[in-house]
This record gives sequence, C-alpha cells and structure tokens, in this order.
Amino acid sequence: MADQQMTVMTGNEAAATAAKLARVQVIAAYPITPQTSVVETLAAWVESGELPAEFVTVESEHSALSVCIAASTVGARVFTATSANGLAYMNEQVWWAAGARLPIVMGLANRAMAAPWNVLNDQQDSMSVRDAGWVQLYCRDNQEILDTFLQAFRIAERINVPVMVCYDGFLLSHTVMPVSVPDAAMADAFLPPRPAPLTVVDPDDPRNIGAVTLADPRADAEGTSCHGYMEIRALHHQALLSALDVIPQVDEEFAAVFGRAWGGLTWEYLLDDADVVLVAAGSLGTQLTVAAEALRAEGMKAGVLGIRSYRPFPVEALRAKLVGRKGALVFDKALSYGYEGPICSDLRAAMCGVNDAPLVFGAVCGLGGRDVSPEQLADAARRAVADVHAGASERPTDWINLHLEG
Amino acid sequence: MHARMSADEGRSTVGTKACGSDIAISRPSVGEAGNTGDWRNSRPVIDASVCMAAKAGKVTCQLCWVYCPDACITQGAAPVIDLTYCKGCGICAQECPVDAIAMVPERAHGTCEG
Repeated sequence: MADQQMTVMTGNEAAATAAKLARVQVIAAYPITPQTSVVETLAAWVESGELPAEFVTVESEHSALSVCIAASTVGARVFTATSANGLAYMNEQVWWAAGARLPIVMGLANRAMAAPWNVLNDQQDSMSVRDAGWVQLYCRDNQEILDTFLQAFRIAERINVPVMVCYDGFLLSHTVMPVSVPDAAMADAFLPPRPAPLTVVDPDDPRNIGAVTLADPRADAEGTSCHGYMEIRALHHQALLSALDVIPQVDEEFAAVFGRAWGGLTWEYLLDDADVVLVAAGSLGTQLTVAAEALRAEGMKAGVLGIRSYRPFPVEALRAKLVGRKGALVFDKALSYGYEGPICSDLRAAMCGVNDAPLVFGAVCGLGGRDVSPEQLADAARRAVADVHAGASERPTDWINLHLEG
Repeated sequence: MHARMSADEGRSTVGTKACGSDIAISRPSVGEAGNTGDWRNSRPVIDASVCMAAKAGKVTCQLCWVYCPDACITQGAAPVIDLTYCKGCGICAQECPVDAIAMVPERAHGTCEG
C-alpha cells in the first residue's frame, strides 16, 4: 500500500514508532536494558518537536508509572516501557494502574530477573505480573510489535484496562527486520483520540478518586449503595474477560485498515491436521515453526499454536484448537519456581476435564538468554513423543539445553 | 460473549451497579468514607475551662480544627468534634497548645466493653 512505507528497524524502534503514530500525549519512562532505545528514541522525537508529547523524566520506574497513572487519570493517552527489574520496581503501581482501570500501554522488552544479574531474554518479568489485571499480549516479530502497540491503545481504551505489549529482549528489541510503517493518516483512521475516561476530573464538581474502599458495599453520603473492594475487583475481572471478545475484534478492525491480521488471541502454523502441537508465546513461536517443519519432514504431524493473549487466557480458543490432538508441548521461557512453566500450568488447567483433550507436557528453555535452536526444540518434541509411545501420561518439565550433567 | 463469571448474588437486596461507576470514585462529602467513628477506642474531650477559644468566648486558636486529619472538627468556641467520624487518633490532643483535650478511653463512656 502506498500509505505504508517498508523500512528496516529494531523491535524497540517499532515500539517507539507505534507510540508516535498513536499520538501519545504523555510519556514517562526510565531507561533499562534492553528497552533503553525505546525511551531514547521517543525522547529525541519529543525534543525535536517531531512528537508533540510531554516526556516526563523521572528518577525511577516506580515514579515513571506513577506519572503515567496521574496522566491517564486525567484523560491523556499514555505510554511507558520497561524491562525485568524495572518492572519489578514498578510493581506497586502496576497493580494500581490496573485496579484504577487506566488504559495505559506499556512496552515490555522481556528480560530475565536478577539474581544473578543478567540482562538477556526470557519472559520471567512479565509472567511475574500476570495476575495484576493487565492485558498481556506477546509478539513474534517487529511488525507485530508495531501493529500490536497500535491495537493495544484501542483495546485498552475500549475496556479501560492497561495493556502490556511483551516482546523478547534482544531477540526482537535489538534485531532489525523489515517493518511496514503506516503514515499518520492511516494510523489516525484506525486509532481515534482517547474516549472519555472513567474518572471525572472537574474542579467545579470534584471527586475522590481511588479512595479507601473496604470490605463491604456501603451507602455514600447521598444514600447510593457503592461498591466494596470485591465488587470493583469483579468488574475489573469482567472487563479483562471482555477482552477475549475485544482483542479479536480489534485485530479485525486493524486488518480492515492495514491489510494485516495477527490472529487475535492465538495464532497457528501447520495446525490443521497436527497430532503434536508445539505451544509458546513470543518469538519462540517463530522458532517452533521451523521445528515443526523439520518434524513434518520426518513424518511427525507437528504444528504450532502461538499464544498472543496470555491475559486474558483464551481458554475457549485454546480448547477449540487443541481438542482431538494427541499431545501439546508447551515451551515456557519462565518458571513458577517449585512448580512448572506458567503457560504449561494454565494450559493443563484449561484442558482438565475436557473430552478428547491432548496430553499436555511442559518444557523450559531460554532462561537468561540461553540459546535455544529449532533443532533443540524439535528434539524436545521427539523426546515427548517417545515418552508417550513408552506409555508415559505424565512427565517432569523438560529443561532444554541445560548443561548441569555435561 | 464470554460469560464465565458466576456469583452468589441472590442474598443481596441492593446491587452496587446502580452507583453507575466501575471504579472507586465519589463526591467529597461528610461521611463519604463511612462511619469512621466506629474505629475509635479513645474519645477526645475538650475541657472548656482550659480551651483558649472557649475561655475567650470567640473563635480563636482552632489548632485542633487545623490538624484534624479527618476534618471532623467544626470551628467554634469551643470547637465541636463530630464523634460519628472521629477515629480517635489523638492528634488534636497532641497539638492543643494548652492541653485542653483529653483522650478518654471509650470504656470510660460505657460504649466499649473492657
């Protein structure tokens, strides 16, 4: 299309470009590897006047998200970005942003949590806040990063829930690849200005916002029965569940304007007749497509099911894709220490009690940037299938490319 | 639609959805934070024979009014404390320059079992 320009850029540049195209009004972010160039790029554009936004410099990630919360509360379109320990430092405000129902969009260049110190990729950071009440979307490549950020504002502002766009640190954040960049008019056609916020900010008719809300509903001074904490949390949960409808809708609306769609909640590759389904979120899914091709070449009916929306977890979509398959092998780049990979646990729970559900096994790989090749991923699938043929219905998490035993 | 939530809402006679908001938001007003006086275990009692305003017979001093974090003191001679909302924090007693306010345990008023 004439109104889209093919260029070559990193994932971080794609994230910054999307924020500019979204006409964000306030940016508050603190640099941390591997997200740094998102902040640097946006700061340069604000400084040059190319992006007419407020860039609020802060002393920490906690303050960065605090600024975003304030700006979003008064109705601004707000963007921030971080990684790993920066996200951990934000943690209190991560929960506040969600509970206050503020449609902030955050870029998360996925990185391992310390200790030991490590700046390389895995997905432990975002997984550690999966329960905070944000929508979490995972990207496969830099085009999907740009496109998903544009979608994220629309999703966030439709349901008043913040959206975290997760993309693998270094593997995407610092890798250049072709990206089709729409012009401003095209982005505007897809993304209108932010609708009115849930908050009322009116000096002539002031409100308490986010006041203490205790256990039980109670009548306010005018006698109206107001939510207790639990009602507000139930509404928040309902909003997140509504994203199961909104995310695919927005992907369709995006496709109508840009000619690209990303699958909505999930995506798939060679899945139609697959017996063995390889499951992952993020760029690992792209590697799994190579592994699936290799397995197909040797006669195994392998396919890939990618998870784009991890929260909300697309239970019905996953069931529809997986019922009738023989097995699903979930590759997590994170671990719930003392249990197993988080996506694996969630998928097992989604399949529990479902007729004709596949066996679900888990594998952990790529922690702290440990390389994982398509051949190693294919080997993991071969091991799982061999175990099933040997009669296994349960097996421990398979650690890929681990060198403890040489 | 994804209707995955179920809730035991049969017991509730007045639903809170009618409040019209999905978030914690309200108009500032007396009692907006609930009957916070329920929490009090000591009650501020002003001794009018010591209170500067009461003794002067005019609205002076008023430091208790200034410092009350719950805005439950009304200016006056002497100032008036609204015990429906006073949490009993004791800041007024601490700040009173002439020690006119005593924090008396609720037990002494017979409103709190020992």
